[in-house]
Amino acid sequence: MSDVLAVAEHRRGDLRDVSFELVTAGRDLADAAGGDLHVAVIGGDVDGFAEELNREGVDTIHTISEGEEFNHDVYTQTVEALFDELAPELLLLPNTVNGLDYAPAVANSLSLPLVTDAIDVEYGDELAVTREMYGSKVETVVEVDADRVALTIRPGEWPPAESTGDAEISQFDVSIDESAVRSTVTGFQEVGGGDVDITDADVLVSVGRGIEEEENIALVEALADTLGATLSSSRPIVDNGWLPKNRQVGQSGKVVTPDIYIAIGISGAVQHVAGMKGADTIVAINTDASAPIYDLADYGVVDDLFDVVPALIEAFGGEPPAL
Amino acid sequence: MKVLVAVAEVADVEDEFEIDGLAIDEQYLNYDLNEWDDYAVEAGVQLQEAGDDVEVVSVTIGPERADETIRMALAKGVDRAVRVWDENLEATEYLDSETKADVLAAVVEDEQPDLVLTGVQSDDTAFGATGVSLAEEVGFEWAAVVNDLEYEPGSDTASVHRELEGGVEEFTDVELPAVLTIQTGINEPRYASLRGIRQAQSKEIAPKTLDELGLDASVTDSAVSLTELYEPETESDATLFEGSPDEEADQLAELLRDEGVEA
Repeated sequence: MSDVLAVAEHRRGDLRDVSFELVTAGRDLADAAGGDLHVAVIGGDVDGFAEELNREGVDTIHTISEGEEFNHDVYTQTVEALFDELAPELLLLPNTVNGLDYAPAVANSLSLPLVTDAIDVEYGDELAVTREMYGSKVETVVEVDADRVALTIRPGEWPPAESTGDAEISQFDVSIDESAVRSTVTGFQEVGGGDVDITDADVLVSVGRGIEEEENIALVEALADTLGATLSSSRPIVDNGWLPKNRQVGQSGKVVTPDIYIAIGISGAVQHVAGMKGADTIVAINTDASAPIYDLADYGVVDDLFDVVPALIEAFGGEPPAL
Repeated sequence: MKVLVAVAEVADVEDEFEIDGLAIDEQYLNYDLNEWDDYAVEAGVQLQEAGDDVEVVSVTIGPERADETIRMALAKGVDRAVRVWDENLEATEYLDSETKADVLAAVVEDEQPDLVLTGVQSDDTAFGATGVSLAEEVGFEWAAVVNDLEYEPGSDTASVHRELEGGVEEFTDVELPAVLTIQTGINEPRYASLRGIRQAQSKEIAPKTLDELGLDASVTDSAVSLTELYEPETESDATLFEGSPDEEADQLAELLRDEGVEA
């Protein structure tokens, strides 16, 4: 049998969307490989999670009651034990912050080749995995010549499994070696907050790396003021300390759904897109016509933002700042 | 104590480029210090500045060309560097994270650091796996995607924040020795001063071969191979405004007004 084992992810009492996407990807691979799809859920309300994970296509759900929240030492030991027990051909994990905090350790410990951040997978004579390189400028296919493989999948690339299934639910007991648990999660904190909630805005003027210098932020601030819009940004602007964290749109920032999103000097890295793809109308201003932001944009100006933005401010009767 | 910082030289691709077989034609590539590693270097140098007896050593897997990038790290305060390369690595078509972790593990065995810092991922391949693989390989504890680090040199525990998705941070205590993968934004990487650049010229970059690290060529064997590399088909159906910047701005203004934006 060529089974697939997928490991669900949850945080603070809720299964994360990627768990249901793993079911879809796992079912496709199990069908191609001619095996069963096993799903594991570790820690927290495992019985409640198992009920939710019982989607069409899942053969067995393994519940492991170890801790409340993710701890990579516990997850690593548990997944290794379950892998030894089930001997699946494919181990499927989420390409999330927590997924990347244990997948490489599990793969290394089990001597499995690991391919991360898959955006597509084909199972033929060998497993062929599509991924991106060079900041999404190219796609690659890597083939894995091995009997057993570990794979992490990018969230948002597979549709979530929805219909209710009739999986067998099985409790798996693992004996955790506490001496090997050398990290302790001590708490969580929401970051952001502050004076402005960018998730409330109808119109967002969002600035990215293309703005080049901190003093040039004044230009997009002036545009936002002129349009009565709210200013947001991509990650590098916040990393540089040019805008506070509560302005950051993206995977690690806020998910926004404004009526209009004007992306200025933003290339559209996947982490950013995850935060703004739900906007009704997306406008991009960027010199690079092949930037990934244009795959998503409804309207675009392929030109220098330092020429276009002042002209746009003036078109609305505003006064561009002297830079 | 000793801090080992893994520093990669990565290729940035120009906006317009051509593909030659399974690689991008060399003329379209610009080599630079991996962005995430710049933050890891800064974190290491800050620890050195906070403690009396902290040595910061960088390690790079890469050809002689990478010395230029390594000098940048040395100019920012890294004490000395190790660079691993030989004909076996040169001949390896696809250096996967397992191979990198195995090579770095041999350097860890050599150097016996208390703390290893790496970037979360590299700009080019974006595997995001080397640091945690390395930790498992050498039996160190680890934390991935660290965006805040509190550590007193000499202490046996580091307190870190891990940046989860959706604006949530996790607080975790990690026993040393440990590998931390460093997220951008954890600090503000310094520019290399002129004095630093001058000093970097006299710092050691020790070249090492796999053989000198006690590894044989089989370490580069990998089950993972690159079979295709191509430009993704554009999915863009965006309406593009054309003309001079003023004309483009006027068209965009008209659209925004139609969408209900009023100055």
